[in-house]
Amino acid sequence: MDYSGVMLVTSAAIFTIGVAGVLIRRNALIFFMSIELMLNAANLAFASFSYFLNSLDGQVFVFFVMMVAAAEAAVGLGIIIAIFKNRKTVDLYDLRLLQG
Amino acid sequence: MFISMAPLLVWFERRVAAFIQDRLGPNRVGPIGILQPVADGIKLIFKEEFFPALSNKVLYFLAPCISLFVSLFVFAVIPFAAPVEINGKILYPQVANLNIGMLYVLAISSLGVYGIMIGGWSSNNKYSLLGGLRASSQMISYELTMGMSVAAVVLFFGTFDLQKIVETQSGFHWGVIFQPVSFFLFLVAALAESNRVPFDLPEGETELVGGYHTEYGGMKFGGFLFAEYLNIVTLSGMMVTLFFGGYNGLEWFSNLVDASPVLNAVIQFSAFSIKTLLLLFFFVWVRWTYPRFRYDQIMRLGWKILLPISIGNLLVTAMLIYWGVF
Amino acid sequence: MDWFVYGFSALAIASAIMVITRRNPIISALYLCLTLFCLAALFVLLEAYFIAAVQVLVYAGAVMVLFIFVIMLLNLDPEKMIVEYFQTPRMISVISALLLFGFLTFVFWTNNITGERGYDFPVQITQGGGHLKAMSSKLFTTFLLAFEVTSILLLVAIVGAVVLAKRKV
Repeated sequence: MDYSGVMLVTSAAIFTIGVAGVLIRRNALIFFMSIELMLNAANLAFASFSYFLNSLDGQVFVFFVMMVAAAEAAVGLGIIIAIFKNRKTVDLYDLRLLQG
Repeated sequence: MFISMAPLLVWFERRVAAFIQDRLGPNRVGPIGILQPVADGIKLIFKEEFFPALSNKVLYFLAPCISLFVSLFVFAVIPFAAPVEINGKILYPQVANLNIGMLYVLAISSLGVYGIMIGGWSSNNKYSLLGGLRASSQMISYELTMGMSVAAVVLFFGTFDLQKIVETQSGFHWGVIFQPVSFFLFLVAALAESNRVPFDLPEGETELVGGYHTEYGGMKFGGFLFAEYLNIVTLSGMMVTLFFGGYNGLEWFSNLVDASPVLNAVIQFSAFSIKTLLLLFFFVWVRWTYPRFRYDQIMRLGWKILLPISIGNLLVTAMLIYWGVF
Repeated sequence: MDWFVYGFSALAIASAIMVITRRNPIISALYLCLTLFCLAALFVLLEAYFIAAVQVLVYAGAVMVLFIFVIMLLNLDPEKMIVEYFQTPRMISVISALLLFGFLTFVFWTNNITGERGYDFPVQITQGGGHLKAMSSKLFTTFLLAFEVTSILLLVAIVGAVVLAKRKV
């Protein structure tokens, strides 16, 4: 059965939920988790394209996206911890230093 | 059926500990005390199920379940015997014959951290939180060493499939002869992963009251305990599969008896069980011989000593394979 | 087979919605783990076995453990979200997200993507000696530069994380 549509719509839905999470939430950690959701939705899209277009390149690219996401999560969480040590909060509304 | 080794281990450990300490172990319940785990289980089931003053009851209940499930999932890929052909159909005496068997084992054993972390955090107790954080940081540090030593073994055998790894070790070409450093690294990492002495600071009674299972009582505590013993049995099974020839070793006996395929499978299963029991004895022996490491000593050992050795081992194995020695 | 695809997709979407709507950050992190597992199951259904194992090993086993560590150490109070849920900027965000979803679904449903456009997949797997060998041969020949650069990227990330978390002596 051709379930390419289902896989891609799932990927689009998870991406959209990640976008909504980035726009709505004030907590910096849940913000980061929404970014991880977006990256995973992109991984799912790559893997399903690789399956339905009969090419193995998509899966190799998924591998690279995962490595980049892991590196970015590590550094991002380090930044959050450094901010927390300084300002004692991770609420994004209280971190508006550059606002005019 | 293999899972029933875990309650056996409860009894076995107490008897062996008693033997090492020059006293008798449990010997009242059953012939030589062999029904002791049954008595322990009944006691734990009948204890009162309580929830301490918690923030989150669901997580408190979920933590031992996660530990148990993760310990059980790894069993699925350990091969107990060679594929048996009955009436033209090939049966694999494993739960699942995965092409990526070893990668699956590494992935599932890296999930073992969750049960401990969630158990430590949801208990609403600073000792539990400290114990949980220490245990999880120890486990994730030693996963690296385990992964690297397994990488060297996989490089040597050329496949991730556990069934094929065991088949390559037939005729006493065991993995430990060709990869002794990997075996040593995997042994130390397995001791650390299962939170066994000398690496059991997270649950040391004299250090942290009880670590991450301080606030657990009754069958939830039984769940954690059973998960820990099951983890030991699983890791012993993995070591036998990778380094000690899996189910090989009793071929002379099956040639002597001239066994049919099914009897051959039973003989191979018993070979596997005997080797696993010997390794379990080694685990228990180490527990009652060595004192406990401090937390900073554990971290130093994991990162500064074992990880460079495992990377060096991987390099040396790769060079030897490239020059055609293996 | 169909019900596996539908079931895991529905579960992934439901737990993703749970991620962004819970108050307690640890519950969000655990729902994110569940989403990652469902995605790993979908990868297995797409015959991408190596990627599924790496997803559980790296993402659910290491990155999420890191997240939960940070949440536990920072010891955050659950934010008071219910009070100001229906503010205007948030409704505009949700509506624009729904528009994005509509656009993506329209693109995906109305285009036919299956076909014999590539020629790698089954041939490479059967000739290459299994899925793992085919993928690693591609990784080390065609994508070698990206592989080496990724290893340097990870080194930079390790050094960066250590520098950020160091105490000022």
